[in-house]
Amino acid sequence: MADVMLMKEIETTADRLGIDLATVDLDSISLPPGQDFGIVSDDEDVLQGGDNPELDIGFGNIIIVDNLPVVPREKFDKLEGVIRKIYSQIGVIKEDGLWMPIDPETQKTLGYCFIEFNSPLEAELAREKTNGYKLDRSHIFAVNMFDEFDTFMKVPDKWAPPEFTPYTSGENLQHWLTDEKARDQFVIRAGSDTEVLWNDARQLKPEPVYKRAFWTESFVQWSPLGTYLATVHRQGAAVWGGASTFNRLMRYAHPQVKLVDFSPGERYLVTYSSHEPSNPRDANRVVINIFDVRTGKVMRDFKGSADDFAIGGTGGVAGVAWPVFRWAGGKEDKYFARIGKNIISVYETETFSLIDKKSLKVENVVDFCWSPTDPILALFVPELGDHPARVSLMQIPSKDELRQKNLFSVSDCKMYWQSNGDYLAVKVDRYTKTKKSTYTGFELFRVRERDIPIEVFELENKNDKIIAFAWEPKGHRFAVIHGDNPRPDISFYSMRSANNTDKVKKLTTLKGKQANALFWSPTGRFVILAGLKGFNGQLEFYNVDELETMATAEHFMATDIEWDPTGRYVATAVTSVHEMENGFNIWSFNGKLLYRILKDHFFQFLWRPRPPSFLSPEKEEEIAKNLKKYSKKYEAEDQDVSMLLSEQDREKRRMLKEEWEKWLNEWKRLHEEEKLERQTLRDGEVSDEEEEYEAKEVEVEEILDVSEEVLSFEE
Amino acid sequence: MRPILMKGHERPLTFLKYNRDGDLLFSCAKDHTPTVWFADNGERLGTYRGHNGAVWCCDVSRDSMRLITGSADQSVKLWNVQTGEQLYSFNFGSPARAVDLAVGDKLAVITTDPFMDSPSAIHVKQISRDPSDQTGESVLTIKGPQGRINRAVWGPLNKTIISAGEDAVVRIWDSETGKLLKESDKESGHKKTITALSKSTDGSHFLTGSLDKSAKLWDARTLTLIKTYVTERPVNAVAMSPLLDHVVLGGGQDASNVTTTDHRAGKFEAKFFDKILQEEIGGVKGHFGPINALAFNPDGKSFSSGGEDGYVRLHHFDSDYFNIKI
Repeated sequence: MADVMLMKEIETTADRLGIDLATVDLDSISLPPGQDFGIVSDDEDVLQGGDNPELDIGFGNIIIVDNLPVVPREKFDKLEGVIRKIYSQIGVIKEDGLWMPIDPETQKTLGYCFIEFNSPLEAELAREKTNGYKLDRSHIFAVNMFDEFDTFMKVPDKWAPPEFTPYTSGENLQHWLTDEKARDQFVIRAGSDTEVLWNDARQLKPEPVYKRAFWTESFVQWSPLGTYLATVHRQGAAVWGGASTFNRLMRYAHPQVKLVDFSPGERYLVTYSSHEPSNPRDANRVVINIFDVRTGKVMRDFKGSADDFAIGGTGGVAGVAWPVFRWAGGKEDKYFARIGKNIISVYETETFSLIDKKSLKVENVVDFCWSPTDPILALFVPELGDHPARVSLMQIPSKDELRQKNLFSVSDCKMYWQSNGDYLAVKVDRYTKTKKSTYTGFELFRVRERDIPIEVFELENKNDKIIAFAWEPKGHRFAVIHGDNPRPDISFYSMRSANNTDKVKKLTTLKGKQANALFWSPTGRFVILAGLKGFNGQLEFYNVDELETMATAEHFMATDIEWDPTGRYVATAVTSVHEMENGFNIWSFNGKLLYRILKDHFFQFLWRPRPPSFLSPEKEEEIAKNLKKYSKKYEAEDQDVSMLLSEQDREKRRMLKEEWEKWLNEWKRLHEEEKLERQTLRDGEVSDEEEEYEAKEVEVEEILDVSEEVLSFEE
Repeated sequence: MRPILMKGHERPLTFLKYNRDGDLLFSCAKDHTPTVWFADNGERLGTYRGHNGAVWCCDVSRDSMRLITGSADQSVKLWNVQTGEQLYSFNFGSPARAVDLAVGDKLAVITTDPFMDSPSAIHVKQISRDPSDQTGESVLTIKGPQGRINRAVWGPLNKTIISAGEDAVVRIWDSETGKLLKESDKESGHKKTITALSKSTDGSHFLTGSLDKSAKLWDARTLTLIKTYVTERPVNAVAMSPLLDHVVLGGGQDASNVTTTDHRAGKFEAKFFDKILQEEIGGVKGHFGPINALAFNPDGKSFSSGGEDGYVRLHHFDSDYFNIKI
């Protein structure tokens, strides 16, 4: 430290100022905070090097424990010991961190104490764990955070009747369904922008509805009926919707929310977050809240360590299978369930508590799923010791087992419900006799029929690997991609046969296709056989009614395929898993490319779902029968639009050409003006016609030799 | 239109240039020898030996007598086109990136890369008619833009210099004083490095290509943005047809990523766009590396492309090309 003053200098300065140094206590001098008069302290660079030290600002780590027994002085130590014992299990109490005030008059405690922990986290935990702790019958702890005390004190003593706000009718949140052109909406996320657009297939382009930068911090999600768009933020989730634009309708506070999930009737929103534990050896702390979508109220919350939620299933975030809570089918949102160790906990939404106040005990259960329409659970229990593996269907809330099937030498099992809940297919991977490899078969449950008959179904070559399986939505057919070679086969089967013999009938097999995924149209009948990833985005549009290929196409490197909710259009997208080609294509159902949009850093493409139609099946059939009558109107409209389009196109081209002419003329004029100057630059070379080239063929005749000869002329 | 494959370079091509008559094609590559070819049949006429580094750019005088080349060996050399003899060498303290001869061939603009402590710069040199009078002095030196200046060309009547490079901005400078006259708008302009710049035959407008996957057409006098052509790939090279209202864009992803993707993913195609409608009209495939250089024959009836693969492909258009109707 070069700047340190010498003692001599100090003395002379003191002399000059008339101060007797002997009377000054140097240690008592304290400099104003943040001021060092240019004298660098030896400690300072130590502090500057590291992070700023954590300061005890506020009282976040202090709790107040109320409803303690009131004791005289003699019992004081004993009580303190008891309290210490309770709270030191939860966190580290600071030295002198427990203070129990004493009434100076009665010399007794006042029935409450303050406890200071090392960290606010511990204090929070202590409050959570001991609020309501029963010390004995008459002493039930009331624990509060010190910081919150002020707010409690501010509660007025007198009750004031709440003000009623007059009822205002809300917007029509389903306004988008009334679009005159019956278009569908979709949301895309690219870069920092999130955009909602109409799919205007007639105009061959999307029409913007709403755009916002940084609308969400990780992803967006439509509610299952399309009413809301959920966004995710650090503070919680939010839903957006409205008649003409997107307004924020509700916020759901949930710090660091990671995942959200709507119930199928979109009444409830489940949010999930996972927090780093203070002790690194512990599992992450998981918080799950279930909100009422419309009121924003928390209906139930679940907290625990990640391990509690990580049983059964795979994937998800940090080992937790998402969604943790699976909702029973149907719009009523009546039941939801989650799987635990040897149990399945089924809750009902009327009270948000367990059905019959207890979980379903199923030894060793690993997977379950709900029927998409009915409160029926399908469970899978793998082999354990002498017990065979088992798939069973269970009715809720009665918990009756509807049907059960035992399976042997099973390695894995996957359940696929048909979208109407009519059929359940269970894909069973079984070990071969040597136990060295597996082969696959299916158990098909006909849920709607009496006694739920089960049919065992195997492929013709039962050693074929199953690459994909998919039910026809609302239908009775299913498709399987199978085979071991790089070009697998695709087979279609029907659950109905001509003479109603209740036997699966094979419709056809397509040999050697470049496909690894199946995408049925939501209305059935059409399916896209897609070769994603390794197959570079091969698409085959297939009509299953006619058993014919309608079109084959390619969306190079496509990663995602999604049908619009009406089954009229398909979107294929390349999301930012690749660097190149990001963007999406919109196709008609029969494989005609309508338009393509390129966007860098393309993350998400989601069609806005539609609620189910109100038309009865009979009515729908009637419309299908008289389709000609209805379609006339739309065909005329289509024609008008295409006329208009070509007209507009011509107009646009004409404009562009004109504009270009203008530029050209201007350039020609300037070029002409500058002609002379250019000539001087070129030392007077006149040839300026850079543009005009003429290849001339020049014939040059050269006389090489002239000789004269006199020829005799004979008569 | 069967292309003529011209294999003469060992390393990726960097630049292509036709002479005014359109009978000679000059090619530069990362190997050290610029090469001249017959533009008609692709026969190799000769090479210019003397550079000791990648050659980035070249220009040829109006009378096809002189060739000027800029190289990473920190020199710009003047050559006798006919004999291949080196006439003069300008030496710099950093690699030369772009060269362009002015109208009248008495001036040349040269850009140098940032190197060690020296920033990138634009130099203007006098070119003497008689090579024995040639000196290395700069008439003007302009500094200012950040990063490499990938192209610098003369504006109309040699009054301005147009430059573009890594900072994605197109600039117009006064060629007398070195004052900055105009800058392209950040909003409407390119978003990433500008890799290519090509003037129209009459010098009234020019086309720039950028790694932001687009090419833009500008007025050379006012720097007005006239057109934008959007493609799926970073653009490395651009050219304008002198005959029809067509522009050609060439590119592909970074050379460093080429080996990691399918050849189709690379899309090493020369893409043709309608200059006025800004619509893609076609593509010419063939290279198996990104296209680094494109040039139109001044008669507009053929063009050549040079790729990272080391080939020059010379394409003579079929007669149908001249009758494309949109």
